[in-house]
Amino acid sequence: MNIQEMILTLQKHWSDQNCILMQAYDVEKGAGTMSPMTLLRSLGPEPWNVAYVEPSRRPADGRYGENPNRLYQHHQFQVIMKPSPDNIQELYLESLKKLGIDPLAHDIRFVEDNWENPTLGAAGLGWEVWLDGMEITQFTYFQQIGGLEAKPVSVEITYGMERLASYIQDKENVFELEWTDGVTVGDIFYQPEFEHSTYTFKESDTEMLFDLFATYEKEAQRIMGKGLVFPAYDYVLKCSHTFNLLDAKGVISVTERTGYIGRVRNLAREIAKLYVEERERLGFPMLKEEGKQDVNN
Amino acid sequence: MSTTNILFEIGLEEMPARFLSDAEVQLKQKTQHWLTSIRLPYESVKTYVTPRRLAVVIEGLANKQLDQEEEAKGPAKKIAVDEEGNWSKAAIGFSKGQGKSVDDIYFKEVNGTSYAFVNKYIQGASAEVLLINFKDVIMDLTFPKNMRWAGKTMRFVRPIRWLVALNQSNIIPFEIGGVSTSNSTYGHRFLGEQVTIKDPLMYEELLATQYVIADSNERKERISDQIKQLEQEKGWHIPMDSDLLEEVTQLVEYPTVFYGTFNDKFLTIPDEALITSMKEHQRYFPVLSDNEELLPYFVAVRNGDNRSIEVVAKGNEKVLKARLSDAMFFFEEDQKHSIEQYNAKLSRIVYQEKLGTIADKVQRVRALTDKITTLLDVDQTTKQNALRAAEISKFDLVTNMVNEFTKLQGIMGEKYARLFGENEQVAKAINEHYMPRSANDALPQSTEGAAVSIADKLDTIIGCISVGIIPSGSQDPYALRRQAIGVLQILQQTGWDVTVEKLIDVTKELYQTLEIEKSSEDNIDEEINSFFYARASYILREATSEQDIIEAVLANGIGNISFAYKKAALLTDKRHDTSFKDTQEALVRVLNLAKKGTNSGVDATLLQNAQEQKLYDNFQAIKVKYQEQIRAYEATQSLETLSQFTPFIHDFFDHTMVMTDDEQLKNNRLSLLNEIAALINQFADLSKIEWKQQLNA
Repeated sequence: MNIQEMILTLQKHWSDQNCILMQAYDVEKGAGTMSPMTLLRSLGPEPWNVAYVEPSRRPADGRYGENPNRLYQHHQFQVIMKPSPDNIQELYLESLKKLGIDPLAHDIRFVEDNWENPTLGAAGLGWEVWLDGMEITQFTYFQQIGGLEAKPVSVEITYGMERLASYIQDKENVFELEWTDGVTVGDIFYQPEFEHSTYTFKESDTEMLFDLFATYEKEAQRIMGKGLVFPAYDYVLKCSHTFNLLDAKGVISVTERTGYIGRVRNLAREIAKLYVEERERLGFPMLKEEGKQDVNN
Repeated sequence: MSTTNILFEIGLEEMPARFLSDAEVQLKQKTQHWLTSIRLPYESVKTYVTPRRLAVVIEGLANKQLDQEEEAKGPAKKIAVDEEGNWSKAAIGFSKGQGKSVDDIYFKEVNGTSYAFVNKYIQGASAEVLLINFKDVIMDLTFPKNMRWAGKTMRFVRPIRWLVALNQSNIIPFEIGGVSTSNSTYGHRFLGEQVTIKDPLMYEELLATQYVIADSNERKERISDQIKQLEQEKGWHIPMDSDLLEEVTQLVEYPTVFYGTFNDKFLTIPDEALITSMKEHQRYFPVLSDNEELLPYFVAVRNGDNRSIEVVAKGNEKVLKARLSDAMFFFEEDQKHSIEQYNAKLSRIVYQEKLGTIADKVQRVRALTDKITTLLDVDQTTKQNALRAAEISKFDLVTNMVNEFTKLQGIMGEKYARLFGENEQVAKAINEHYMPRSANDALPQSTEGAAVSIADKLDTIIGCISVGIIPSGSQDPYALRRQAIGVLQILQQTGWDVTVEKLIDVTKELYQTLEIEKSSEDNIDEEINSFFYARASYILREATSEQDIIEAVLANGIGNISFAYKKAALLTDKRHDTSFKDTQEALVRVLNLAKKGTNSGVDATLLQNAQEQKLYDNFQAIKVKYQEQIRAYEATQSLETLSQFTPFIHDFFDHTMVMTDDEQLKNNRLSLLNEIAALINQFADLSKIEWKQQLNA
């Protein structure tokens, strides 16, 4: 099964579970969790079920396309269900079967892994899912997002698409994976991997990046003051990516590092609070009537 | 008495393996405690735990609580009976309230007042109504981490998915977090099915048919048996790491052991990195040959039976290959740079906000190593090696390998140092300077390693305390306690001719030359002293010394720790030694009386009687020899020398009045006693010891 078919299969599967199919969010980010479709929407009492593919950038993992396992940008298939359904593990295992993974022919395990993202003031409990010893999925019950208690709890399922494909297609080099008939990951991504790595480690303009960070941070704060949650959040994402570029280049010392993470976290916290306030002001429009009563009680 | 059998099972999403053993112990204890508290006798309580379930089977549980007879206290007699001797309303109400009549009332005195009583017979309630409260036992289980799920407010270790509660074949009805009890459980996630339980006693057997080995001890045995079998078949040696065995046992419901292989080119990666990759990242058992060399195989445990086991093995091989390729890449990449390049990077890593970067720390450790090796008067080669080791003691922290496998700090340092052409002593000392890494870890064997280890630890301890990081309770983020104990253990093992106080002093001197923002507390010196005093007491206590002896030995500072050990051991013997009684009494008498004055210098012309003169002569005669023995840390000999005082002291006290009215004489005598007390105190403050010599009757 090629990656394209995997995506279609997962989309169909989660669409059948009443997930809204979204497209990737158009601002650079390090993980699918950072999309506002997860980070903001998992806040507050409104139900939310969504699935999407998220290209995720990790500048520090760039290896000029030379490492068979590490990428500047990889793909996550992200599922959020709020509140978490009782049969969520079964739904997930069902999706693996549809990808051609017969649990009886493999060793599938849920191994404790508690997820924490200090930059987003987020934490959750759950597992990494092992397929014959390989971590293929991160499975998390959000407990806290943006410093706020997750209520109700969302469950997040993040499939590492390249990892999973390397197993399904039995390939050792990520660039040899088939994206669709006759087209490999290497065909599509080798050049950007090489160029982004070169940019990240050698060519990026450090001073400009420091300036951008400060500019984005300032703009985020300014428009937050005007109650514009989503535009402000976009600038937080830009801050985060800019920080990642600087960090990958090794121009941020350890002390400074803590400071920068703290600055992004403070923004994320404020926006989380603001988002819930704005939704409340709008009367939590996605809540069904009985849910609204629950909130008021 | 009729009995019944009970089963409770909590079905959960996979619990963390590390929580399971404790959860099982709690389940057993809390169930037993609960049954006792509700007065339901039972024959046995057996618990089960797997990643997906916690269960308890109660065998031979009484169907009914024990009956109870109880005395109920009512109103005072003067209220229960009116002036005419009739029962009052209060008395009637009381007896009715207890289900009795006034005829059952009798009187008894309590604290001098007579009260109405009735005897009440409480019939035991049936088990059936009490068993629904098992819910409280479940909610009373504690876990290191709990979570919420869906829209529920309750917290538990993982979401509860089913509950079984059976009294024989009858369901005991209760509900937790929206899940109701039933008689139906689930087998292995993939190999088993949903099944109905008809008899609590058949629980274990029924689950076995559904590929669940509910008893964790049995799972563990199965795993170790299968591993032993593999060892025999293949002629391998597979060391049984008990923590790993425990973990894999608690990760599966139905264990099947299998093995895989990896390309032997990876055997060039240092063993420690290979083992960490296998054990910690993948939960595999490494495989050794008969002569304890790593072989290119691994042993793992699957959650299931052996169908398609070759697919599982192949998948695991692929994962390990990727990990080892990474490790190999790191290992090769690391060798492309030089130690100096790595050392330069250390100036970018903060060690502690106020104590600067790791590079700053390395500089301090080097300076301290210099001071320590000077104190120890080691030969030039050793000194140079130690200084070089100190200089490069932390370079490996910025290598890829240590970045990936943090536990390998020092171990990789040693290996790389050798590869980079450092000499053997320097390479070894890099690894040894982290020793002892834990409570029972080995100590540095080389002088270089020991010196750098002490320098590194002293720098950490004095540095942290100086900036106000003082361990308290469970708060000890820099493990200062362990490091101080490490310092003392190394000093004890090496027997080096140096005192703990001297080492603290040279470290403090170094800190005085640095621009480090000290804590505003003005009692830092006191903190440092009491911190080391507490650690020294601790290790002496570990060496089976008792508190009073420790206090005696440490009364005048820790001094040389191996000397303190010897003195404490010797005094522990002497405490019961009747032949020492005379000496001990004499010396303690001196110590006690000496406290009544000070030493203003002995004037020999003022010595009055012969006994006084003899005591003084003896003091003069042994003083030099004694102090040489003390300086040479000769415990037995120095105590022997002190005991030469015995007859002179006794004679002195028999014939001399110390606290005489003549001030001049009194002060002279007290001065003499203080001179001698000072000698005794160089050994120990013997007056702090509770002596227990008994003379034979």
